[in-house]
Amino acid sequence: MTDTAVESRPPTRPAGPAAPPLRPQNRQFAVLAVLVLLAVPLPLILPPAQGAVAVRILIFLIMAVGWNIMSGFGGMFSFGHAAYFGLGAYTSAYLLVEHGVSPWVGMAAGMVVAAAVAMVIGYFSFRYDLKGAYFALATFAFAEMLRLITTSSDAVNGAVGYQVPLIQGSSVGQLQFPAGSPAYFWIALVLAGGAVALSILFRHSAAGRYVVAIRDDELAAASVGAPVMRHKLLTVALSGAITAVAGAFYTQYYLFIDPQLAFGSSVSIEAIVTAVIGGIGTIWGPVVGAVIVGSLSDVTATLLATPPEFLSFLQGRSGLDVILYAVMLILIVRLMPKGIFGTLAEKVAERRRR
Amino acid sequence: MSVLELSGVDKKFRGLHALSDVEMSVSEGEIVGVIGPNGAGKTTLFNVICGALKPDAGSVHFDGSDVTGRKPEKIARRGMVRTFQLMRPFASMTVAENVSLAAQHHTRGPERLRERAMEVVERVGLTEWAHRRATELPTAGLKRLELARALAARPRVLLLDEVLAGLLPAEREPVLDLLAELRQQDGTTLVFIEHIMAAVMRLSDRVLVMDQGAVLATGTPDEVTADPRVIDAYLGEEPTPHADA
Repeated sequence: MTDTAVESRPPTRPAGPAAPPLRPQNRQFAVLAVLVLLAVPLPLILPPAQGAVAVRILIFLIMAVGWNIMSGFGGMFSFGHAAYFGLGAYTSAYLLVEHGVSPWVGMAAGMVVAAAVAMVIGYFSFRYDLKGAYFALATFAFAEMLRLITTSSDAVNGAVGYQVPLIQGSSVGQLQFPAGSPAYFWIALVLAGGAVALSILFRHSAAGRYVVAIRDDELAAASVGAPVMRHKLLTVALSGAITAVAGAFYTQYYLFIDPQLAFGSSVSIEAIVTAVIGGIGTIWGPVVGAVIVGSLSDVTATLLATPPEFLSFLQGRSGLDVILYAVMLILIVRLMPKGIFGTLAEKVAERRRR
Repeated sequence: MSVLELSGVDKKFRGLHALSDVEMSVSEGEIVGVIGPNGAGKTTLFNVICGALKPDAGSVHFDGSDVTGRKPEKIARRGMVRTFQLMRPFASMTVAENVSLAAQHHTRGPERLRERAMEVVERVGLTEWAHRRATELPTAGLKRLELARALAARPRVLLLDEVLAGLLPAEREPVLDLLAELRQQDGTTLVFIEHIMAAVMRLSDRVLVMDQGAVLATGTPDEVTADPRVIDAYLGEEPTPHADA
C-alpha cells in the first residue's frame, strides 16, 4: 500500500501498548467446554429435587440465549418470545400426539416453524420501521394472538392442550425417561451447550458483526455495505429457532403443554429477565441469569407450597416468582444496567486497561 | 466520462423544498467541492445520492447505471461511500473493528480482514487507538474514524460531509494531504461538502454552490468565488467554519 500520509499524531493521550486482539471465540469455546464438563456429573451428585431445578435452569438458559441473539446482539427488543417457545412446544406436541412423530423431529420442525414465523413478524415490523417500544408491542401482540388462537382451536385441543403419551422405560428416540432420570439433564445440557456455542459462533461471524453494527447504527452500517434487512431477518430466525428448542424440550420434560404455559406472557418475561439480569448482549449473561432465575423460581415455588410459619399467608398462592423477577429487574436496571455479567466484565476490562 | 450523474433531482419535506431540480455531473478522478449556506440542502443531496433518502423526482446514475432509490448498502457495495457530518461510530466496537466492518464485504478471511483494517487505520493515523473503544476517541479522532471506515469500504467515489469541521487548523493539514493522495494514488473521485473555503479552494477541481435546495453555480474555484450571485448568497457573509443543518 502507501506510506502513511497522515502522520500518526493522536489527538490526546495515546493508549498503552496495543494488545493484539486474541480470537475471543476460541477463549469462549474453551470456557463453554469447561462449564459443560463441570456440569456433566451434576445430576449424579445433586438430590433429585435439585436435579429438577438444574434442568429448569437449562431450559431458562436456552430461552435466554435465543432472546439475547435478537434483543441483545440485534437490539430488537422482543416482548413476545413466548411465541417461539410456544411454537416449539406445540409443533412437537402436535406431531407427537396426533401423528406419532418423534419429538426430535418435532423439535426440528418447531425450530423451522418458529424461524419462519419470526421472519414474517420481523419482515413486517422492519418494513414498516417499528422500533423500540412499538416493536416490543408488536411482538407481544403476536404472542398473545398465538395464545388466543391455540386456546380457541379444537384442532390443537383448545385450552386443554396436550399430554405427552407415556411410554414404558427409557427411549432416547422418544426423548422420554423415568422421572428423575439424569438423561433429561444431559440432553438439556447438550441442547443448552449447543445454543451457547451457536451464539458464540454467530456473534463472531461476519453476519454477527453486521448485526451488532446495525444495532449500533443502522444507517452507518448500511452506508458501508451491511445488508440490513437480510441480517435482521437472519437474527430473528436464529433467535426464534433456538427458543423453540426450549419449548419442545419443556414439553417432553414436563409431559404437558397448554396455551398459557406455551404462549403466556410469563414465558416472554422469563426469557427477558434471565438475559437482562445476567447481562444483555453478552455471551455469558444468559448463563449467569439462568442460574439465578432458575434457582429463584424453585425457591419461590417451595416457599409457596410450604411457607415457613411467619409467611403462612403465602400458602397455596401463586405469582410470587413474577413479583421477585420484577423486583430483581428493577434493581438490576437501576444498579447494574448491563446485567451482572456485563457489568463485572466491563469493570475487569477497565482495570486491565489502567 | 462521468461517474456520478444527477438529473432533475427533487426532494420535498412537507412544505420545505429541500432539493429542487438538481443537476450534477462528476467525472472519474475529479474532486468536487460542495459549498453553500446552512440549510442549502448539501447533506440532503448526499442522502439522496447514497440511498438514505429517496428523491421525489429525478435520477441518480452511478457508473452508468441507475441507482435512484436503491438501498444504501447496495450503493455502498458498488463503490460509492459517504461519511457523516455528525460522526456515527459503532459504539460497542473498537476503532479497528469499526474499520474492519466496512471492509468485510470485499475481504475474505479474518487475517486478511484485520490486515486491511490496520492498513487503513494506520493511513489515517489512528494506529495507537486501534484497540480502544471508538467512543473514547476525541472529536478529531472520530472524524478520522469516519474517513477510515469509508476508505475501508473501497470507494471509487467518496462523499465527504464536512470532514474538517471541528478540527484545529493543524489537524486539517494531514487530512487534506490524505485526500489529495487518495486521488493521486487510488484514483478516487471525491465530492466533499465543506465550509472552510481555504480547503475548498486548494483541493477542488470544480465547485458546486448550493442555495435553498438548488444549484446556484458551478465552476472552477476561481470562477465561483468571483460569481456575484455566489458572493451574495454565501461568501458575502464571512465564511466561517460552522455546523450545517
